[in-house]
Amino acid sequence: MQENEIVLREQLNDVVVKFEIYKPLIAKSARAGQFVILRGREGGERVPVTLVDWNKQTGTITVIIQAIGKSTSLFNSFQKGDRFLNVAGPLGTPVEIKNYGTAVVVGGGVGIAEVYPIARALKEAGNRVIAVLGARTKELLILEKEMCAVCDKTVSATDDGSYGMKGRVTDAIEALYKAGEKMNVGFIIGPIVMMKFTSCLMDKLGIEPYASLNPIMLDGTGMCGCCRVSVGGQVKFACVDGPMFPSRTIDFDELIRRTSEYKVLEQESLDKFQHEKDHVCKCGLH
Amino acid sequence: MPTPSAPRNPGRQQAPEERKHNFDEVAQIFTDEEARAEANRCLHCKNARCQANCPVGVQIPDFIAYVKEGKIGEAASKIMETSLLPAICGRVCPQEKHCEGNCVLKDKFGSVNIGMLERYTADTARQRGLLKAPQTASKTGKKVACIGSGPSSIAAAAELARAGHEVTVLEALHAFGGVLRYGIPSFRLPREVIDHEIETVKAMGVRFIPDVLVGSTETVADLLHQFDAVYVGSGAGLPTMTGIPGENGVGVYSANEFLTRINLMQAYKFPQTDTPIKIGKHVVVLGAGNSAMDAARSAMRLGPQSVTVCYRRSAAEMPARAAEVEHAKEEGVTFEFLLTPKEILTEDGRVTGIRFTRNELGAPDEKGRRRPVEIPGTEFVKKADTIIVAIGQRPNPIIAKTTPDLKTTSRGVVEMDEQGKTSIPGVYAGGDIIRGGATVLLAMKDGIEAAKRINAYLEGK
Repeated sequence: MQENEIVLREQLNDVVVKFEIYKPLIAKSARAGQFVILRGREGGERVPVTLVDWNKQTGTITVIIQAIGKSTSLFNSFQKGDRFLNVAGPLGTPVEIKNYGTAVVVGGGVGIAEVYPIARALKEAGNRVIAVLGARTKELLILEKEMCAVCDKTVSATDDGSYGMKGRVTDAIEALYKAGEKMNVGFIIGPIVMMKFTSCLMDKLGIEPYASLNPIMLDGTGMCGCCRVSVGGQVKFACVDGPMFPSRTIDFDELIRRTSEYKVLEQESLDKFQHEKDHVCKCGLH
Repeated sequence: MPTPSAPRNPGRQQAPEERKHNFDEVAQIFTDEEARAEANRCLHCKNARCQANCPVGVQIPDFIAYVKEGKIGEAASKIMETSLLPAICGRVCPQEKHCEGNCVLKDKFGSVNIGMLERYTADTARQRGLLKAPQTASKTGKKVACIGSGPSSIAAAAELARAGHEVTVLEALHAFGGVLRYGIPSFRLPREVIDHEIETVKAMGVRFIPDVLVGSTETVADLLHQFDAVYVGSGAGLPTMTGIPGENGVGVYSANEFLTRINLMQAYKFPQTDTPIKIGKHVVVLGAGNSAMDAARSAMRLGPQSVTVCYRRSAAEMPARAAEVEHAKEEGVTFEFLLTPKEILTEDGRVTGIRFTRNELGAPDEKGRRRPVEIPGTEFVKKADTIIVAIGQRPNPIIAKTTPDLKTTSRGVVEMDEQGKTSIPGVYAGGDIIRGGATVLLAMKDGIEAAKRINAYLEGK
């Protein structure tokens, strides 16, 4: 087996793929809340991806990738036996795992995968762990079985009501609260808007909220400052100080603005990639 | 006979109008004739001041003598007796401060163009297959890890390999060269020059491993279990920001981010490469050091309407090399002095301008540079949609944070004793991690000197 080799590939739904990658150095030192940087080809971007799982014995790490732009689409076209060009990590500060009492872990979409190792670690540390999983529709709701296995209670919600309760994760949390569930701390991973509103709600309900931020990153080692975010009025680098931050005082609107900086160019890159992939050459030159 | 009174050949350059639209190297290599003529100007002084003032002790008159005779392979080997990265040094060393600044011909006829001769020697020897990786001593069986693959670490690795140790270089990024790769643009240092120099070091038996962030992937303590000594050359990879309001606006880059996008990620080739970069119509660069010049000149090549370097002191205090400032001006970069940035203005979070106050120069600070003092009531707004903050770097804190026994100062700089040792036996350091932000040449010098200390340490082990 070679470093960076894909030893297992599983298509979780239309756009989400789970990879197990052989990378013993990372498998040895990874902790919940950390991420890796992947590159797929020469000239490729450095893409930060949260570590979902790791196994010291087999030397493998697990990531779950949703195809959104060019690079993630390229990654998801990789098959078992293919190799990533680069896999660097583990990066970022691990989440502080201790007994908080009752912890609620909230995952939106592919964020469910990202919050999974935190749920597991919290459970091992003696917490009562409640999972709140949200997705647009049933097909996008992933890892429910795995979550159930490490949590004391799992609630799923879909926007269209195709699975679990109809509504958003905030509706599910409110329902839990009204049912008398006392929650001390919350760890939220998902789309920025979802994290913003969930933080707000938790703050209101007396749950200490933490959110894992996903700003644009370049090196992922604290060198460029591209991923700076405002937390409690202070500038933090998500790649080294985070990505998990106490979220009551995060400037989410700034994060939304900063992450949309390259939207147009990212779309251009994706269109070009798909065009080249779908292009059936008739000129005989390619 | 030497011809010292012949005019110094400054070297040919790509014309400013042309080069401001490309990332190709500005300076053009000497022809054989030009090199020989320039070499012929050297007087081969007995107590050569050029050599005495070279941070890495290159035997300058000796290598120039070989160039004169057209023995380029020998010339290259002569340089490489003390400096293993001649193609890089010939390009990025501030020669005017070291060798050329001390040439006896300087005042009367103009210094010998040592930088161009070194570059010519390195490139020509490589092209003609005359460049030989230096001989290494017989294997000692000792293992050394060098953290980072920037100039100080590569220099240390090469010296350690020369002494017969088994050397492994650990790099956090996907490509090797450190600041040479992510910081210095290709128009000053072509990417293939970095590749070639690293190939030389690899040919000496040094292993290069990417994607290892020491402090995270492995700690220094982990390394001390696997290696007999560790050299920390992890550089100054932490950008200093101004801390003024609006700095998180969209359109504000640190110089590190801007240069990393362009140099490491090749964003100027987007969409052939996958990492994008955006440039506005009016670019303001804060700071006037070498990174600021690199950022300003790179920005210019992306085609904005204007690029302005804004500096809080006056022209005389600019830390950048004079030649870089000159190049920037030729390419259309404008300079404004005695300005302190107060606030970055934004609309919907996007940069629209920057508010400055004007300064005058007050009493000198501890370094002897006159301190800027704000003049009340002189505030004004300058229109800008891209702002690049290039006011300095500090050591990357990851290693210090994860190595509790490693003593550092409050600024994150690794502390050394008089013998150049850190607070952990077997751990040595050099380059920007001990200097907080200096030049490629000083980093290399540290690497070479640390390697000698490591050699001595391993001998006694």
